[in-house]
Formats: sequence, C-alpha cells, structure tokens
Amino acid sequence: MGEAGMNGAGRGASVTLADLEKRYDRVNAVDGVSLDIRSGEFLTLLGPSGSGKTSTLMMIAGFEMPTAGDIEIDGKSVVAMPPYRRNIGMVFQNYALFPHLTVEENIGFPLKQRGVPKAERAKLVAEALELVHLPGYGARYPRQLSGGQQQRVAVARAVVFKPRLLLMDEPLGALDKQLRENLQLEMRRLHADLGITFIYVTHDQEEALTMSDRIAVMNDGKVAQVGSPEDLYDRPTDRFVAGFIGESNFLPAIVRGMEDDIVVAECNGTTIRAVCPGRPATGDKVTLTTRPERLRFTDSAWNATPPQNRLSVTVTEAVFAGERCRYMLQAGDGTSLVLKEPSSAAIQRRAIGERAEISWSVADTILV
Amino acid sequence: MSEITQPSPIAVPLGAPRPLLLNWRRYVPLLLVAPLLIYMLVLYALPVLAMLLRSLNDPTWTLSHYAALFEDVVFMKTFWITFNTSITVTLGCLILGYPVALGLVRAKTMAPLILVIILLPFWTSVLVRSYAWMVLLGRHGLVNEGLIALGMIDRPIRILNTPLATQIAMIHILLPYMILPIANALRQIDPSLIRAASGLGATPFMTFRQVILPLSMSGVAAGTLLTFVLALGFYITPAMVGGPRDITLSMLIAQQVDQLNWAYAATLSAVLLATALAILAAARHLPGVGNAFKTSMR
Repeated sequence: MGEAGMNGAGRGASVTLADLEKRYDRVNAVDGVSLDIRSGEFLTLLGPSGSGKTSTLMMIAGFEMPTAGDIEIDGKSVVAMPPYRRNIGMVFQNYALFPHLTVEENIGFPLKQRGVPKAERAKLVAEALELVHLPGYGARYPRQLSGGQQQRVAVARAVVFKPRLLLMDEPLGALDKQLRENLQLEMRRLHADLGITFIYVTHDQEEALTMSDRIAVMNDGKVAQVGSPEDLYDRPTDRFVAGFIGESNFLPAIVRGMEDDIVVAECNGTTIRAVCPGRPATGDKVTLTTRPERLRFTDSAWNATPPQNRLSVTVTEAVFAGERCRYMLQAGDGTSLVLKEPSSAAIQRRAIGERAEISWSVADTILV
Repeated sequence: MSEITQPSPIAVPLGAPRPLLLNWRRYVPLLLVAPLLIYMLVLYALPVLAMLLRSLNDPTWTLSHYAALFEDVVFMKTFWITFNTSITVTLGCLILGYPVALGLVRAKTMAPLILVIILLPFWTSVLVRSYAWMVLLGRHGLVNEGLIALGMIDRPIRILNTPLATQIAMIHILLPYMILPIANALRQIDPSLIRAASGLGATPFMTFRQVILPLSMSGVAAGTLLTFVLALGFYITPAMVGGPRDITLSMLIAQQVDQLNWAYAATLSAVLLATALAILAAARHLPGVGNAFKTSMR
C-alpha cells in the first residue's frame, strides 16, 4: 500500500482551478470554477449538457482560453501554454483517431512528436497495446476496428507517452451499455495501474459513481458540490445534486428549531428531523430530501431501523419491477413521494388507494 | 371461423409481392433523367461521334490520319506545348490555391467574402477575363506601368503574347477548380483530429504535415486532375494572350477547321479527348485518388 501510494503521488499531476471562467458572447459557459484535483486522483466532472464540464476540460487541455481565472498543473500556471507543450493525455468522445494512420502509427504519434527513436517507439507502442488488451492489432486501420476497440486505441495513444494527467471527454458515450460497463471497470484498473491523475467528464451519474474517487457535480457553469460518491449520494448539499444523482424525494418544510446538529422541521403538521450542514433559522422555508430506497412502510417486515421520521400517505401507483417494488405515494399536502421496497413473496403488496404510514431514518433525511 | 383469424383485406397486399409497382419504381430514376439524356444524345453525343468518325473514314476507312501524326512535327510541338502549359498552370494553381483553401476553411466570419472572391471569376465569361488580361499585361498595361513606377524596370517588358501571359491568365481562370475541391476535403477533416494532434504534442506545423496535408490529399488529387484536364482543352485564353508561335492543340484544331481540313481536325480532337480520358483513368488507380472520386460524390 505504501509503495502504491507513493508511486501514485509521484506519477500523477495535481491540478488547481482558480475562479475559472469562460464566456461565449453573453453566455457564461464556465462561471467561477475553483477545484483542487489531487495527484493520482480519479476525478469526474459530472453534469447535464451545457453545465460547463466539457468547457472546463477543454481549458485544462488548452483547446479553450479561459476568459478569467487560472489553471495550475503541479503548481505552475499553464494558461499561456499551448496544448502541445502541456504534456497531457486526452481521450475524445469520438476517439479522434487519425484515419490515415494505422493503429501502431496512431499510438506512436505522440512519441514521434517527442523525437523518440523508431525502435524505442515500437517497444512502447507494443506495451501500450498490451495494456489495453489489443496486441496484434497494430497494423490495422481505425475503421477496421469496432467502437470499443477504437476507444482502447485512443486510450493507448493518450497514455503511451506517460503523461502525468489524463483527460477524458465522455469516452464511453457512443458505446452500448454492456461494453460501457466492461470498459468502466477497465478504466478503473488502468487508473490503478498507471497511478496518474484522471479527469473524466460524463453526464452519466451511474458511470461517475462507479468509477470516481471524487465527483464534482456541475450545473450552470458552477461546481454544485465536490465529494466522494458516498458523500454526494448520502449527503447532497444542494437540491440540484440530490435530484441529479440518483432519485430523490423532496418535502417542503418549515424549520421549527434545532436539537444539537439535527434540524426539527414541520411538514404539513408532521414533525420531521433532518441532518443539515448549516444552521437554518427558525421559520425558514426549506426542502428536505430522502432517497426512495430508504423509505419503508412502518408495518413492513423490512423495517429494521428504528423509525424516526413518520408520514401518513396514500398509495397512488404500485409497480412491480422484479427485484423491487416501486410505489408512488401522496402525502396529506399533495407532495408526491417515491418508495422502493425490495420485493419478496413474503411481503404483502400495497394496493392503489391504500392508506399507509411510511418511516425512515433521520440520518437519511437531508436539508438541502 | 372467428373474425379474428380471418386475414384483413389490408394485410394481403402488404405481405404479398407487388411486381408491377416494384418494376415501376426501379425505372423512376431513369425516367427522370431521360429528357436530358435524349437531348444530350441527339444534340451532343451523336454530332461529336460523327465528327470523330471523320478521323477514320475520310475519304475512306483508314488509320492513316493517326499514323501520320507520328511524323508530324507541328503536332508533336503543339502537343508538347499543350502538355507543358497544363502542367505549369496546374502547379501554379496548386501552389497559389492550397493556402487559399486552408484560409477559406479556417476563416469563420470572413469565409463567405473569401468564397465570393474565389467564385467571382466563375461568374465572368472567359472571353471578358482574357480581354482584361490583355489590358493588364499589354505594353502600357497596369503591370508594366506599375513595375516602372516601382523602379523595377526602365522600359516596358513584353508579357502579352508570351507563354508567361498564357500561364498567368489560365492560372487565374482555373484557380477555383483547384481551390474548391481542396477546401471541400479540408472541411471534411474532423476538427477534433487537429485538437488531438495538438494535445498529443504536435506543433501547428507538425499537425499540418502529419494530419491536415495527408487528409486533404484526396482534394488535392481531385483539384489537380480537374485543373489539368480543363487546361488541356483551353482555347480562347492562349489564343488571345499567348504568343503567336505557342500554339496549343485546341488552337491547332480550330485552325484546321477554318481551313476545312476536317479529317485532321477530327484526328487531333480524338487525340485530345483520349489524352484527357487516359489521364482520368490512370489517376483513378493512384492511391488516394480513387477515394477522391468517392468523397466528391457524397
């Protein structure tokens, strides 16, 4: 572990974004992004299209000039440096393989630019092909490969010159689900093997949760929240994050007071307790959020945790989806909630129109 | 039998083949081009064929007109001048045109203006442009006056009615045929390839050498072929601004027609046509050029 950790720290670049801005005409594509990306980390920029994640990546790569702010790689500002001097590996969404060059020549391209002698080049290219499980494909042209194979060649080309930083712009976006899941695991393995810093852009939250050490969720050109996948899922600080990552229920409530770190709020006559990073004032109108799979029917056999928050609801929709049952519920004030319950033949299914009480843990209730 | 198992009246024709309709559909494209095809056949192809036949059957069926060409000094010299002029003009167009095509593709807001400037010669008749060059290149033309004003020459130099004048005017006239196919090929290069090259450590010049230039070769091939083949048949421009002794094949053909020497004119025409076709056929087999034909069809 010590050695791996040290290697990781040595091989990966650290990246600092300071108040980074990119304006196109009157649109702020990137609007004040500050982010510290650690050496050897797998960081994902996650967000919907137009959130500024790709613009941010393009500025790190050097293809876009920031309107304001600074980018430091290993403590040195690179804003004034052209892309070909930055020594960053990059994998594009459409792979951007050179169609007139063979796989070997594609992977050897960055080495050729760096004046690596031919014999050395052949050795490194063979190693890179080995790394992405494509030995023997060197003489083919990109058009003779499948999408997944092209993607691997693009990765091999991006790491063959041993950059300290690898940028990836939705590299799996064009592939089918099965292949995408395989390659996600391969990317993780590659990250562990190489020990370099990965900055990965995607709009797919599942992909981000599976692969990343940390995720920066972007919205409207700003970073909404940065944290580990668990942090973002269990403790979203932002309504957007709670809605974008996984499914969330939102309950409008009014703050009635604090009990240590726990917020006591009232939701249409019912008292609900929630965890909260800040200290809201009594009387504030707030939104509480919970995950559908963390709600339980109070009288259900599944309900193991001590019920702390309770709410009376009516079942408005019941869907059996194999491994789980999904219920649409309506609270007294008309708020809709989703409840997901692991399915079991031992559990009685709820009928539409049935009145029930649901309950869930305070730890799973977040004020956003 | 219940109603459900009975096939509905609509289901039958959908499943069954409809040979009559299918056959009709196959001939629709042919029918659409038929009027033009007949027009061209009657008014163009047949007269050309009749003309070419004169090289073989005037006065009787014979190959003597072709055999005679091998000892014909005038023909040999003319053929050489024509070929030489075409090569020079094509090279001139390539050297001047490639950077323009690159600029046209790179320019964003200026692109429409550049395109208009490139296409302007297209919208003016060759005759008018050749007259314009006579005015510009004459003894007291703009070029001579300008060179004298700059102190580069003392007396007017002879440009008009020299091979140089022919080359200058033909390059001007043929430039769009070189620029547009190259610009088309350049425009089809995925911009992310250029970014990728830059990100992988290639300076702008290395990116040009290793990515842009090779990927634009199909356009270069198409433009070169087009320019060269068009240059082979040029008549008005060399006749007007060229030297009196620098006769091209098409000028020689016109001369022979004037003298009602039909068989000789037809033989020369056949040779010119065959040369152009042979070049096109040979070029198809060059690597990269075959693709040019395919991409230009898209």
